Amino acid sequence: MLQIDNFVYASSLDHAYNILISTPGSVILGGCGYLKLGDRTLCTAIDLSKLKLDYITETAATIEVGAMTSFRALESGTLTGSLWNGVIRSALENIVGVQFRATVTVGGTISGRYPFSDLITTLLALDAELYFHERGLVKLNNFLHGKPAKDILEKIILPKDRRLAAYSSIRKTRTDYAVLNCAVAQTDDGYRIVVGSRPGRAARSESAEQHLNNHGLNDHTISEAGRLAANSLKFGDNPRGSSLYRQSVCPVLVRRALQEVMHAA
Amino acid sequence: MQLETRINGLAVTLDFRAGEFLSQTLRRYGYLSVKQGCDTGSCGLCTIWLNGCPVLSCSTLTARVGQQDITTIEGVQKEAESFANFMVAEGAEQCGFCAPGFTMTVLAMKRELQSPTEAAINHYLAGNLCRCSGYKGQMRAIKNFMGIY
Repeated sequence: MLQIDNFVYASSLDHAYNILISTPGSVILGGCGYLKLGDRTLCTAIDLSKLKLDYITETAATIEVGAMTSFRALESGTLTGSLWNGVIRSALENIVGVQFRATVTVGGTISGRYPFSDLITTLLALDAELYFHERGLVKLNNFLHGKPAKDILEKIILPKDRRLAAYSSIRKTRTDYAVLNCAVAQTDDGYRIVVGSRPGRAARSESAEQHLNNHGLNDHTISEAGRLAANSLKFGDNPRGSSLYRQSVCPVLVRRALQEVMHAA
Repeated sequence: MQLETRINGLAVTLDFRAGEFLSQTLRRYGYLSVKQGCDTGSCGLCTIWLNGCPVLSCSTLTARVGQQDITTIEGVQKEAESFANFMVAEGAEQCGFCAPGFTMTVLAMKRELQSPTEAAINHYLAGNLCRCSGYKGQMRAIKNFMGIY
């Protein structure tokens, strides 16, 4: 059961940040869908729900998504639901159910750097950048694999380009966590091949990307990219699957996603 | 903690501990239609509406529902009864434990989707589990209720 000793409604991001850095053990609350599963006691919980961080807006070159935006809003939003081949909708639509996705937040998922995340894998293929209250702009890839720091994610920034993208995953049941997930994108400056839930955090396969950059997209290079991704990334064991199983499935997921991109081109 | 909000159209003041989730608060205040089936956010039995949208009350902090519109099945009894009749006609109900949450999702779906396909219905209801009656009867009842043939 979640216990909270002191619940604080932040009146501004400055207010939230000052509490975060000055109060040991304080935590920024996201949607709480994952936090509630543990048996934790939080001495201070900082709530951002009154800061109007649930929005999806666009600029000339980007789409910006506030940290408190729900998965449901993200998958069904007119801006984010259909862009990039609808890859965000594809990645999110099988996460539990509509009621669950209405409570889970983008900021909570990204800040948690959850290795099983379908969203993080997809955002990596979209070259997402994160805007933090103190550090400012940080690339998602650097955030995932860098040192954690006490800061508050304010929004994510996505390039509003015409890249083609696709998502694939394997699950024991349709609404379960992914045993392995994959997102790919074809951009003006090359390909992105991302594999997550390995069960480590989502990572790009540079060798697979380089192969496609050099040889283009066809049936042969797609298969080879899958093989290269499986050989270049590290896989591990957890109760959902073994490293060998994940490594065996990886080429199939990469191939399926790339085929979708190829057919959409 | 204490906050003011609206439940089924009535202005109420709720007392609750800081880490309490809405399903616990609602049950404590007598809204016993709200069931807690899994408490892991997986089963959908605790589904209520927050500002008209279905959410899991077991995963929604009570501290976040101030000045919002909360709807439980007690607040949509007439419509729920109408749907229940279709469920009974198809023999789709057995123990009934999942019925309130399931019904709240079905009623929300009817408001949100126009003439959905079976695949769209299955997708919308994927977060509501029933472990005794099976889903075929439910699908027939939903299609009849929504006028989809």
